Amino acid sequence: MNFYVDQSFFLVLAAVAIPAVVLGVRGKHIAPYGFAVSLLFLVLLFYKDVGSGVHLLIYIALETVIAFMALRYRRRHGKRQSLFYLAVILSIAPLVTYKVGAVFSASLLGFLGISYITFKSVQVIMEIHDGLIERMSPYEYWGFLLFFASFTSGPIDRSRRFDEEMHRTYERSEYLDLLSKGLFWLLLGAVYKMVLSGFFYQNYVPVAFDVTAVGPSILDAIKNAYAYGFYMFFDFAGYTLMAMGAAAIFGVHLPANFKYPFKSLDIKDFWNRWHITLSSWLRDFVFMRIVRTSVRHKWFASRITTACLGYMANMTLMGFWHGITPDYIIYGLYHGVLLSATEVYQKKSKFYRRHKDSVMYQLASWFITINLVMLGFAIFSGELAKLMTG
Amino acid sequence: MERKAFEQEMLDMIVDVCGDEAAVTERDMDLFEAGFLDSMAAIELLVSIEDHFGVSIAPTELEREAMNTTNRVIEQVWKRM
Repeated sequence: MNFYVDQSFFLVLAAVAIPAVVLGVRGKHIAPYGFAVSLLFLVLLFYKDVGSGVHLLIYIALETVIAFMALRYRRRHGKRQSLFYLAVILSIAPLVTYKVGAVFSASLLGFLGISYITFKSVQVIMEIHDGLIERMSPYEYWGFLLFFASFTSGPIDRSRRFDEEMHRTYERSEYLDLLSKGLFWLLLGAVYKMVLSGFFYQNYVPVAFDVTAVGPSILDAIKNAYAYGFYMFFDFAGYTLMAMGAAAIFGVHLPANFKYPFKSLDIKDFWNRWHITLSSWLRDFVFMRIVRTSVRHKWFASRITTACLGYMANMTLMGFWHGITPDYIIYGLYHGVLLSATEVYQKKSKFYRRHKDSVMYQLASWFITINLVMLGFAIFSGELAKLMTG
Repeated sequence: MERKAFEQEMLDMIVDVCGDEAAVTERDMDLFEAGFLDSMAAIELLVSIEDHFGVSIAPTELEREAMNTTNRVIEQVWKRM
């Protein structure tokens, strides 16, 4: 079963929503029922592909052992850096194995959703190390990792936030409010994904670069890049809205993933608006940690150098996470360079400081940004590579 | 440590990290919105706080809204002293 695509998914969702709504409207606790629904959906997701289902079980067993050993160690003996690194390496090992395997067309340890669940597993380990998670039951841990609405493609939730809601009981009016929002998100998401993204996809017709007809061919390439960018947005934002909607029925507020990304005035702004749960995860758990280590050990004299290192590491990792292919890696590097260049420019340029609030400047900045973003999508989609190689 | 002396040290530290005296003139101003802090400078501030007062605050411990003004930074650190 494909989540948010197959008719059968929506039929099952409608059926399992009824008891959730009854519980919610009566002011009863929904989470235990929600957990059972998640398990049901996972069975439906993997029953035709038992191999992947087994990989998921192995994954969960491994992560559970790591997380609970980390928790026990932290409680008894406090922080230990080397064990922390070991725990993080072990917990991303299945994802790395899978992604490297994919380079050689082998499916090692993979299952649909492994890329997203890994963020959640690693976040739990990092916050255990930080002392922010002091107690956790297997039910809470699995409830968070396996929550069906965000299982296959996010949004990437955070465990302490999710946990609060797992223990929460809503007042009738609060629940009805959340439910009505959720139903709206489901509908809007369906329109985004099924109507708008489809429309833009029809207009995405990548062709090899034609040297004999330079003019029109460049225009075609630009049109394709824009069509692909809007297709990606409506497809992914539509999916995310539906995930938020489905979650709301079960009393969960998943975090939003998009905030008008095409309004962005610069690339930093773009990453605060596009795939927000991914970029904020990377900011909190990669960028900030690299910066902190670098500041503590005084690796670089200048703050800008440190920031650039953080951005490059962050975005390169993001590229690899999408997949170990030249297109994705170049996409990551491209955004790393753009973020670093933006940082240097905004911190150093007097021109920027003088003009940043003027309308003309902002308009120009917006225009440059959206085109850089679309060029990024052309790299991501492989369109640019196709254009270059013919 | 006395509250007054502590506050003065915190103010100096915030000015130092923000690189601008103006950062602490209005103590309820949102330092991120006003452009005095970004995620980079915020981490420097956390590291300085740890070095000076031995108070360790993890990057994801607090929502940005809990530590976005001079007064809030001072309160969060004082609570943990």
